[in-house]
Amino acid sequence: MTDQTSPSDKASLADRLAETGYIVDDTLAMALRLAIDLDRPLLLEGEAGVGKTEIARALATCLDTRLIRLQCYEGLDANAAIYEWNYQRQLLAIKAHEGDETDPDALETHIFSDRYLLKRPLLQAISEETAPVLLIDEIDRADEEFEAYLLEILADFQVTVPELGTIEAVTIPRVILTSNGTRALSDALRRRCLYAYVEFPDADREAAIIRARLPSIDESLAGQVARFVQALRKEDLEKVPGIAETLDWCAALMGLGVGRLDQDPEAVHQSLICLLKTEHDQKAVPPEIAARLVGQAA
Amino acid sequence: MTEAVPSQPDPASTVSRRITGFAAHLRLNGFRLGLSESRAALALVDHLGTDRPAACRLGLKVLLCSGAEDWNRFDDLFEAYWTRRGKTRDRISQADTRHVSDVRPAVWREHFGEKAKASGGTLDRASDGEPDDDDPGVGAKSRLVASRQDTIRRTDLRHLSDPDEIAEAERVALRLARALRYRLSRRYRLERRPTRIDLRRTIRANLSRGGDPVTLIGRGRPSRPVEIVLFVDVSGSMQPYTRFFLQFVAGLVGAWPKSDAYLFHTRLVRVTEAVRERDPLKAMAKLALVAGGIGGGTRLGDSLARFNDMYAKSAINSRTVFVVFSDGYDTGSPDRLARELARLKTRVRRLIWLNPLIGWKDYEPVTAAMAACLPHIDRFATAHTLDALAALETEWAAL
Repeated sequence: MTDQTSPSDKASLADRLAETGYIVDDTLAMALRLAIDLDRPLLLEGEAGVGKTEIARALATCLDTRLIRLQCYEGLDANAAIYEWNYQRQLLAIKAHEGDETDPDALETHIFSDRYLLKRPLLQAISEETAPVLLIDEIDRADEEFEAYLLEILADFQVTVPELGTIEAVTIPRVILTSNGTRALSDALRRRCLYAYVEFPDADREAAIIRARLPSIDESLAGQVARFVQALRKEDLEKVPGIAETLDWCAALMGLGVGRLDQDPEAVHQSLICLLKTEHDQKAVPPEIAARLVGQAA
Repeated sequence: MTEAVPSQPDPASTVSRRITGFAAHLRLNGFRLGLSESRAALALVDHLGTDRPAACRLGLKVLLCSGAEDWNRFDDLFEAYWTRRGKTRDRISQADTRHVSDVRPAVWREHFGEKAKASGGTLDRASDGEPDDDDPGVGAKSRLVASRQDTIRRTDLRHLSDPDEIAEAERVALRLARALRYRLSRRYRLERRPTRIDLRRTIRANLSRGGDPVTLIGRGRPSRPVEIVLFVDVSGSMQPYTRFFLQFVAGLVGAWPKSDAYLFHTRLVRVTEAVRERDPLKAMAKLALVAGGIGGGTRLGDSLARFNDMYAKSAINSRTVFVVFSDGYDTGSPDRLARELARLKTRVRRLIWLNPLIGWKDYEPVTAAMAACLPHIDRFATAHTLDALAALETEWAAL
């Protein structure tokens, strides 16, 4: 903990993230640094595919701790997010005690004890020995009611189970929330969190990401691919390719034995299916446009 | 940390004054910051050290922004405050407000007059004194507001000429929209029935029977509310109907949280926020864009394309009911219109097209645009009377 709180540690956090294969820019590095120093949740917004979820994974790796992920969806409720009783085991326990004249009160206390509690991500996150990274993914997909409940947990870090009482946090998890902007989040949640808008990386950073993830890639191919994808993102597409798609494409190009983009136009065009994921987008980038983009990139 | 700041020597207190001033500067520019944020900002600068301005800038950005809009404006505002370059305060929006309030078109003026009255209290309810209005779900099975306005409701809106009649019809449109919301939201609560067994409650209830699940306790999830997107043509050919539709839009959007409204003629403008805005001046500023073109030509295809490109991702999903109010007279190419409509159709639950012309005698959807659209439309209905608008309710309630 002590080495993490010194302010000069920002650069080294970026370096340590880079070691795990995640290249951050200054803003994001600062956001993560502050989220750790100030113990505040960090809300990340940005287009799909800019690597919001990946940040949490990289952070967990570099802090050498567990990543606990809560994927939000509409209708997500306390049972799926916080805790649930293990009903099957409870039923078995009741059956097992059927003959032996157990006091019903004692039985009830027994079956509603810690042993029969299934910890869902939020409860899990506050009962870890070392502070984990808690990723609350796509919070905008959950209902507003859940958002309000989450706010309460983020403020107090304690959970109340009627049968057990209040469970206090053993450690305070590092919380990262992501949102794709499909619905407006409440001001209360925004105020509670630090905020960073994650953008697509520029060409240099994207090339660095490619090299970090695929160390065996040819240096110049990485640069070409990065510039090609940058140009492609400016085209009129329904679904803009994300960083994961770029990496897929690099792997595909390497598999096809393409050393330079301008060397094999046909293979390049055919492998574009790694980047273009809708019919409209595939039609929007015919071979001629692909060739033009390759020309720009090379 | 924070408490220590005032007691520190001069440079620190200057810094703290400047930081508080910066927070105030951001607040003036629409950032939602409270005292706790100012305090956190001070603590942050203290933590990072005043000798590292670049780090402080990034840190403040992360701390004080709370959305993409803030994020994009922060750098300019920061420059303005700390380096005194550019404007110190962004007055544009206020200036706009004053300017456009003079040019608002008649339709909206009345619309907002009505809205202000209605939001002031139960004025329209008290004035007509109908018991039905309070609980439209009881007694009236297919009608929302059974009333002496029945004649008005059945008259083609185009034929209303008496100002009192028009005002009355507008009020009915607004109330219909609100009643619609009432029924929709009540309906799903009444109809909820258990869809799965609640094991937790069941075990608890059957403890005394040794855990044998004799009494089953069920749990049902209320059906998810329909999301409604209204897409209203305000071009010249629609003029006789525009004001009533706008009332309807205002009522529905104001009352139904999951709704969204767009107006289009040759351009497309999202008006949801403007219609929900309580302050008429601010609302007018938001409507400035669309105001100029009311009564002009129609570019339906272009407007739809713009919707598909810009708004569709966040505005619609697989349970959206998309309602187009238009007569289908389009100056653009029918092919493009059909293509955009097909694109839209794949992403929404139901596509309803309300065309006031259907109510006319002998109307056939023969315009090239309308004919191209028909295959993609789930329901093609009239909207020339208030009754026709009320009939939407059955359509939506069934979803």
